[in-house]
Amino acid sequence: MPPADGWPGLLAAAARLSWDLSRDLHLLLQYPFMRNAFVAGGVAAVMCGVIGWFAVLRGETYAAHTLATVAFPGASGAVYLGLAPLVGYFGFAVAGAGLIAGLSPPQPGHRERHSATVGAIQAVALALGFWFVSLYQGFLTSLSGFLFGSFLGVTRVDVAVLMVTAVLALGVLAVLGRPLLFASVDPLVAEAAGVPVRAVSLLYLILLGCAVAEASQFTGVLLVLALLVVPAATASALTARPSVGLALSVGLALVTVWGGLAAAYFTNRPVGFWVTSIGFAGYVLARAAAAAGRRWNRRVVTA
Amino acid sequence: MPVDPAGNGRLDALDPTGAAWSPDGAPAGTPAATVAATEVAARAGARLLFGGLDATVTAGQFVAVLGPNGAGKSTFLRMLLGLHPVAGGSLQVLGDRPGRHNHDIGYLPQRRSFDAAVRIRGVDLVRLGVDGHRWGTPLPLVRRLVHRARAEEERRRVEDVIARVGATGYAHRPIGEVSGGEQQRLLIAQALVRRPRLLLLDEPLDSLDLPNQQGVAGLLQRISADGVTVVIVAHDVNPILGYLDQVIYIVGGRALAGAPAAVITTENLSRLYGSPVEVLRTPSGRLVVVGQPDAASFHAAG
Repeated sequence: MPPADGWPGLLAAAARLSWDLSRDLHLLLQYPFMRNAFVAGGVAAVMCGVIGWFAVLRGETYAAHTLATVAFPGASGAVYLGLAPLVGYFGFAVAGAGLIAGLSPPQPGHRERHSATVGAIQAVALALGFWFVSLYQGFLTSLSGFLFGSFLGVTRVDVAVLMVTAVLALGVLAVLGRPLLFASVDPLVAEAAGVPVRAVSLLYLILLGCAVAEASQFTGVLLVLALLVVPAATASALTARPSVGLALSVGLALVTVWGGLAAAYFTNRPVGFWVTSIGFAGYVLARAAAAAGRRWNRRVVTA
Repeated sequence: MPVDPAGNGRLDALDPTGAAWSPDGAPAGTPAATVAATEVAARAGARLLFGGLDATVTAGQFVAVLGPNGAGKSTFLRMLLGLHPVAGGSLQVLGDRPGRHNHDIGYLPQRRSFDAAVRIRGVDLVRLGVDGHRWGTPLPLVRRLVHRARAEEERRRVEDVIARVGATGYAHRPIGEVSGGEQQRLLIAQALVRRPRLLLLDEPLDSLDLPNQQGVAGLLQRISADGVTVVIVAHDVNPILGYLDQVIYIVGGRALAGAPAAVITTENLSRLYGSPVEVLRTPSGRLVVVGQPDAASFHAAG
């Protein structure tokens, strides 16, 4: 019986970490599925770094988590119907985004009030996912993959789909960027200045759904926030400059994913665990550094 | 709620004794009005907020919108922006229907505060006032290389307006880490950076301590002296009383506009409120309105 990740035990024997970096890298990338995982993980990291930064700014991490749980019945339903899980991830996450936007209060500036709507959607999504799982009883390894992540079986087609989606999503975000920033920090003034705040928010939720679907491939639907929110929150703790924060968020997401993949490969433990742990360690360090920086500034000011 | 669609409380029906008290007065024979309201009515859903609002605000005037909570003061500002429908009468803003010239209007909604979780600098917030509505994502590095002159002009414009509101010292700190008064100054800078002809502010003095109230009020007076029309919703008229050209008083479905001395009188307010109200003037020039239905405690002119 393979471990939770579905890891084939015969590979683990060959993968021993050494002090020879080039040998390690060679070991890491010797199999096509690992190369696919690295490329796909990199694409997902870039997308999550950017879109997650806005999620943190907008205070929509709960919506992000809910979109991930909405992706769960999507993936399990797709498998039950014999479709690729990717179809389910994207279809349900995007539909969930529309549902959240449609059921939320219409006035701009009342975002914080939609948590009840979001919670209701999350509950029904989990229930529906469990229902699909019960329909094809027995495939429990793929259940744990859905929930906690796996990187085995990322095919070249998957990589292509992820890339196309990421390019489209980031293209839309490039058009949306400045008004989205405005609507995120100051919705009432943005509305008065002519920003279609509701449309921008809906589009953003759809992009968030796409990012969630991409990240779910690696982290599983329950650990999506590890990739979507943790690097962005770390970046936001370190800088309040939007451009620097976005770049930092992407960089941290890449480090988290690639580090997590490598750690999973060499330790034979689930990738979801490693991605989350690396990300969280960075977050704790950043918060500590920010607190130390503030104390230092205060001392400089009072001195 | 008593409604007065006939505009019972117009300027020509005002208490004449109030006029003795040094009104700065609306200048006669001025050019096209910044705001021209005739018999304007406002609804919130099925409920009529007010009717029969007649007012003419000319360029560079400093105007306060006064009245009890829920009277429709904030709604009136949103009507001026075209964000709330006009339920009756005619309303012209900057010579056109509301919403047509919003790029010439700076707006400060009611009681916004940013908590420490909002990780964006004050200067970024102000810059959004320049071009936040435009599509696209500016990359600072690219802009500095390709559109050097424009980037430089914009940077100076943002810096100047921040200096003008006296926020230079903290504009580069995260907005959530500065005090309420400092946030308010940065938000005024954001509204001003568009170089508006009309500035709409919803209770900008609320929740500020006294020195900050006086500081912001003085700032607004200087802005209006520079030719920007300032319309401010206020709960307490006293910090700005000395600067006002006009007040628009909205109470119980009726509205009354005119010079402060002419509008804020015992007779006018008693009629608007439909119950005896007394307007007292302290020796230092402050106004005290007593006996309002909703004013259990001290409640100054609004």
